[in-house]
Amino acid sequence: MSDKINLKIDNIAVSIRGGSTILEAAKTINVRIPTLCHHEDLCVAGNCRVCVVEQVGSDRLLPACAMPVAEGMEIQTNSMKVRNARKQIVELLVSEHRADCTRCYKNGKCELQELSSEYIVGEGGFIDLIAHKGYTIDNFSPSIIKDDSKCIRCQRCVRTCDQLQSIGALTVAHKGEHMKVSSFFDKPMFEVVCTNCGQCVNRCPTGALTEKTYLDEVWSALNSDHKHTVVQTAPAVRIALGEALGMPPGEIVTGKMVSALRRLGFNSVLDTDFTADLTIIEEGNELLQRLKRVVKDKDDSVKLPLTTSCSPGWVKFIEHAFPELLPNVSTAKSPQQMFGALAKTFFANKIGVEPENMVSISIMPCTAKKYEADRPEMRSSGFKDVDYVLTTRELALMIKQAGIDFASLPDDEYDSIMGESSGAAVIFGATGGVMEAALRTAYEVVTGREVPFEGLNITPVRGMENIREANIKIENVLPEWDFLEGVELKTCVAHGLTNAKHVMEAVKEGRADYHFIEIMACPGGCLGGGGQPIPTSPAIRKKRSEAIYHEDELKPIRKSHENPEVVHLYEEFLKEPLGEVSHKLLHTHYTERNRY
Amino acid sequence: MAEVKQLVKGLADLHGRSMESLLPILQGIVHQEQHISEDAMVEVARELNISAAQVFGTATFYSFLHTKPLGKYVIRVCKTITCMMHGKNQIIKELETVLKINLGETTHDRKFTLLETNCLGQCHKGPAMLINDEPYTELTPEKVREIIMKYKQQEINAN
Amino acid sequence: MKKNLQRLDLIFKNEHDTDVILQRTLARNDDEVINDLISSGLKGRGGAGFPTGLKWKLAAESQDDEKYVICNADEGEPGTFKDREILSSVPHKVLSGMAVCAKIIGAKKGFIYLRSEYTFLKPQLLNVIEEFHNLLDSLKLNFRVEIFMGSGAYICGEESALFESMEGKRGEPRNKPPFPTDFGYKGKPTVINNVETLAHTYSIFKYGPDKFKDLGIQDSRGSKVFSVSGDTPIPGIYELEFGMSLQKFVDDFGDGDSKAVQVGGASGFCVPRKRFGKTVIGYQGKLRGTSLPTGGSMMIFNSSRSMYNVLHNYLDFFVEESCGQCTPCRVGTQQLLIGIQAVKKGEQSSSYLDKLLDLAEAMRVTAKCGLGQSVANSFSSIVENFREEMIY
Repeated sequence: MSDKINLKIDNIAVSIRGGSTILEAAKTINVRIPTLCHHEDLCVAGNCRVCVVEQVGSDRLLPACAMPVAEGMEIQTNSMKVRNARKQIVELLVSEHRADCTRCYKNGKCELQELSSEYIVGEGGFIDLIAHKGYTIDNFSPSIIKDDSKCIRCQRCVRTCDQLQSIGALTVAHKGEHMKVSSFFDKPMFEVVCTNCGQCVNRCPTGALTEKTYLDEVWSALNSDHKHTVVQTAPAVRIALGEALGMPPGEIVTGKMVSALRRLGFNSVLDTDFTADLTIIEEGNELLQRLKRVVKDKDDSVKLPLTTSCSPGWVKFIEHAFPELLPNVSTAKSPQQMFGALAKTFFANKIGVEPENMVSISIMPCTAKKYEADRPEMRSSGFKDVDYVLTTRELALMIKQAGIDFASLPDDEYDSIMGESSGAAVIFGATGGVMEAALRTAYEVVTGREVPFEGLNITPVRGMENIREANIKIENVLPEWDFLEGVELKTCVAHGLTNAKHVMEAVKEGRADYHFIEIMACPGGCLGGGGQPIPTSPAIRKKRSEAIYHEDELKPIRKSHENPEVVHLYEEFLKEPLGEVSHKLLHTHYTERNRY
Repeated sequence: MAEVKQLVKGLADLHGRSMESLLPILQGIVHQEQHISEDAMVEVARELNISAAQVFGTATFYSFLHTKPLGKYVIRVCKTITCMMHGKNQIIKELETVLKINLGETTHDRKFTLLETNCLGQCHKGPAMLINDEPYTELTPEKVREIIMKYKQQEINAN
Repeated sequence: MKKNLQRLDLIFKNEHDTDVILQRTLARNDDEVINDLISSGLKGRGGAGFPTGLKWKLAAESQDDEKYVICNADEGEPGTFKDREILSSVPHKVLSGMAVCAKIIGAKKGFIYLRSEYTFLKPQLLNVIEEFHNLLDSLKLNFRVEIFMGSGAYICGEESALFESMEGKRGEPRNKPPFPTDFGYKGKPTVINNVETLAHTYSIFKYGPDKFKDLGIQDSRGSKVFSVSGDTPIPGIYELEFGMSLQKFVDDFGDGDSKAVQVGGASGFCVPRKRFGKTVIGYQGKLRGTSLPTGGSMMIFNSSRSMYNVLHNYLDFFVEESCGQCTPCRVGTQQLLIGIQAVKKGEQSSSYLDKLLDLAEAMRVTAKCGLGQSVANSFSSIVENFREEMIY
């Protein structure tokens, strides 16, 4: 299939690898064919039919996304027949869609809206079907709202949930006029196996699947005189926020973001990266403790491999899918929740604010973080540790609402106490980043030397390959770690829940002998999170990843244990990793959930 | 619940646990229970190691796989063109009268459910209906009464 | 029975020579058998009309250790009931066709996909299959046939939807290419033939391709089993020669007051009285006038019938039986239905019918599978020929 195929598209000669689709061929000559059900991350569906094109000499039109090129093909993408058919298809979709555009959260960002504007779908279309259907809105989930009246049945979400993520919360149910995207028995998303990862939201072309927004709550906190607002920003927000504000993918906007947050009126502008560093200390020590108890003490009640716990989509996934492996999950809370617990205790105390008067807000690349903040166990401070979680997209919206010209903002610095971070924390935003950060610290703790990689860049765990493995030999250890002398530390990194599932199946069946596994629920890690700017694609995620590693290189401090504010936190408040205070504030437990 | 579990396990043992077994297993459940309950679907998902949503998606595609409880005898009257031309509506009316239910309903004793269905492939002998798997053709109101009486009698005798 | 009815008796003739014919055919060179099928002119009798010999040849050429032969008995087209009759009265012919195909393409397993409405046929069919397996054992052919039951979905008669259904999925048609002969059931090369097609192969094995080819006209060869229903004194199943004019058909089968004939079921064409003489029954090809592909459904309507009601019934059917995955079919069928209702009620002007005709044409050229593509057949032919009935 590697031979070149020659064809003509709109009378322009194209030569392309066999097996390519007409859509791909058109792209090479910059002919845009509209699509709706097509998505680069997903398998071909060929459902929506807006990509139909005409093959000269053929009566029926062909779906460009699904039709492979053939030698000598002559394709017209803009014939009268194509335009008429396309317009009718868009009109049909609009007739089945609650086109309340001005009241829609996706207004201005809806792919159907864009197409209907392009094809001038005005009055005089087909009869509105929505009136006949008793659609309901599922807004029980703290993360995701599902509005069937806006669904165009492209099934991107179902393919995302089923194939990309192996979650199986969404399916297509019924047939004919009743066919719809549904959960098991059409239960609320909150009650089924949904992990809240939001990858469906990232891929929904319309307003059928959106994040639940907490903008009003946050605005009122900001406008309340007696509330002290504390905001934290996750590592992956700073390399993607610009996209939602008109900048190209891969721009680092950390300084502008901090400026914007101050302009919006947040009282304390702090960084989740700070607690990312803290996570490394706690989780790294947990790993070393587990290794000690397994290798030295031969304690078989301790489980290895240890898996990371910072991705709430992953945590909920394992609670549903592999409850028997919950003892393998690090008890360390995610950076967001560590931050929340410290904000209303340590930080509140430092700045002299009563915790009940503090509103803790986080900006996350993630929709699952909204659910995480709502977990009953996330109230270690005696209050809800994180009050509101906003996605990268919601922050962009706030900035727009406030009339801030983001691009022209000056760079600003985070506040101190919980605002300092290392390069190791920055790379939390990319798949493999937590692993790399943990290794930078753990190796040094055990050997007293830096990891043996040039510039501290542990390249084997980087990249976008589905599942990556890296083994690091531990040699010439410090005396207290003598039991680890010569041990080859086996690590594994997976991103996207389908890959996670493969890794955990191997662990469950005893086919894998890893010590430490990093798992991120979303493709590419948090940089491809469900709360990140839309669209997403492999190319966009690559750009974001490059920005993250660049930001790491620019940081004067590259290792979590060298973050001076973290060092100070231990001296003054936590005393020691895995200590009593840490146990109370920074660690958590998990719940077995229904498998189906 | 335990019963459903046994039923599904038995069907999975019989038909296998691959995706190709899904429809036969669902059909087996319907054969036994007239419908596929939530519990049954969860058990099927467990046996086949697929998501419950997927089982639901497949089941709801097929009009003979019901997800709501039906009576012991499911009456499906053909509503497609030639049966309609030959008096399907009269047949339904008669069935409604005899069974004292409306179309789409199940009798209180859970013995009969009255449904319409698409073409039964008996167009030359319309109006036609199925009672479970059994076809009845060239129906008249009188004939329908007799057929239902026969089933009712059968039920009385069985008790 | 009217005396001038020219019934044929190829398919339903109950011949007790399966063993002889099968042994003889299995002993022949594969290419010869395929060539016989090709030269006989046999085309698929499910309605789509793909040349059967070519289908077998393509599957034979496809390289794979695992292949399948599937008999499509998901006869769901309104007005069609011939396959039920063939499976009840001459199942051994169908099985023989499957066995020869299996030997030629290299399949060890075959299925009869039987619609759930025909569950009552299953017990007797299982007995026939068991006997047939004994015959295959004696002929040393390693091939087994199973029955796979449908569960009530018209669309599963579409071959790729049928595979999906057998694979435990929703019966949603696949994108094509790839075609079944390369990528069928479980992604393996598969020959899928209609019940009647397989039964015809038996006649060709027995009598040779010429006898078959002598029947019919031009691109439409052999006999065809018709399911006749509606306003006719003699509804039933008839094996007739291809190439008959619709006028002759109506003369033979009508009640003297026929105003229209629906050829090919709900997805076929409606022919009004004025075109009876100009219409020939056969596959679309080089025929004069209008020729009509058909899975064999012939529904006759007399002048007491409202063609609005007829179309409404068809659209009700499609609205329910569309798999729902592609836009033109899922939404288009609903729009056609509420569209004609709105015109009838006076909520839309009669010119809205023209918009609906355009929609039907768009559905024809853009829908993913035969279902959505062929809704336009009945819609356009009824609306164009009986426009007044749609409005008043």
